[in-house]
Amino acid sequence: MHEMGIAMQIIEIATASIPTDEGDVAVARVNLKVGKLAAVVADSLRFCFEIAAKETPLEGAELDIEEIPVKARCKACDTEWTIEGPAFNCEKCDSGQIEILSGRELNIESIEIADEA
Amino acid sequence: MLIQNDKIRLARHHQDGHSHSHPHSRGDTEVHSVKSGRREIKVVRRVLDVNDKMADENRELFNRHGVFVLNMMSSPGSGKTTTLEKSLATIMPEIKCAVIVGDICTTNDADRLAVSGAPVVQINTDEFGGDCHLAAHVIEKAARSIDLDAIELLIVENVGNLVCPAEFDIGEDARAVILSVTEGEDKPLKYPLMFRKSDIAILNKTDLLPYLDYDVGEAVRSIRQIHPDMPVFEMSSKTEEGMGPWLDWLKRQVRDKLQQA
Repeated sequence: MHEMGIAMQIIEIATASIPTDEGDVAVARVNLKVGKLAAVVADSLRFCFEIAAKETPLEGAELDIEEIPVKARCKACDTEWTIEGPAFNCEKCDSGQIEILSGRELNIESIEIADEA
Repeated sequence: MLIQNDKIRLARHHQDGHSHSHPHSRGDTEVHSVKSGRREIKVVRRVLDVNDKMADENRELFNRHGVFVLNMMSSPGSGKTTTLEKSLATIMPEIKCAVIVGDICTTNDADRLAVSGAPVVQINTDEFGGDCHLAAHVIEKAARSIDLDAIELLIVENVGNLVCPAEFDIGEDARAVILSVTEGEDKPLKYPLMFRKSDIAILNKTDLLPYLDYDVGEAVRSIRQIHPDMPVFEMSSKTEEGMGPWLDWLKRQVRDKLQQA
């Protein structure tokens, strides 16, 4: 539901990441890492991004979304596992004392700039 | 403006004709070969970095004044405002409170809460594009109109929504999620981030249980499946039955915060 705000943040960060000596360049692709626990719907984000990118250096850029699995470590027995369903107890000893290692990401990793033809 | 230069590493495309990616390390410069005719610039930033930084600033501000900040979240209509009305009536004036309340439109909730005598700031997010959540910068602005030296507890009633508010840190000390018994028992499983990130849960409207096919045990099991050790307060903010443990929890948090300050 807040994908438009996220799309606008992506555009702001990506635009600021273009080196100042580059002049007018077009960003061809934005590489994102999005954890499965992040409250982001990829299709909705792409839709908003396409609209918000109009008349910016990111117009027409592709969004590459790498989905990051939810991984956890049990503080009781040290087991590490990937959480597939909505259950946050240790798969081995059932402890609820767990640490989330990944899956909360909403990161912009890199941008790709198209070389001028 | 937002990027620190040391975080940018410009990688020139190899003119080697390879189309696959193969990162190398050459001194301090990471070189990535990407799709022919492109150069990749490393960014590595959280998309919500700006919000997170603003939230940290808010947290520092609230800490300086020894104010405990609670972010209250739930789906629309689960009883946030009634819970607040009844809670404020009980804990004031022993605890000095203020409220920031977020809605897309109307000042209805602020009007109801103002009866308590607590300072109430209504935020209408339609001024910010109709946002479905309160972001840190909105809280920063609202907090400016509250005398933080005159209060001990600031409750933020977030926009009714089980998705987006979970993603946005506002600088709070703790998060409370309200689930009412007119919603499905499996809501925690459908909105895991909200229940994972909350510190306590309130199961509200228990006065309606005689009229519903609602399985309280299953609802609590769903909550604990997502957040195993989270306290769950079963109560009715309408009849005020069962509100004691929730108010005791809240008062304890405020006291602990005051002692830290």
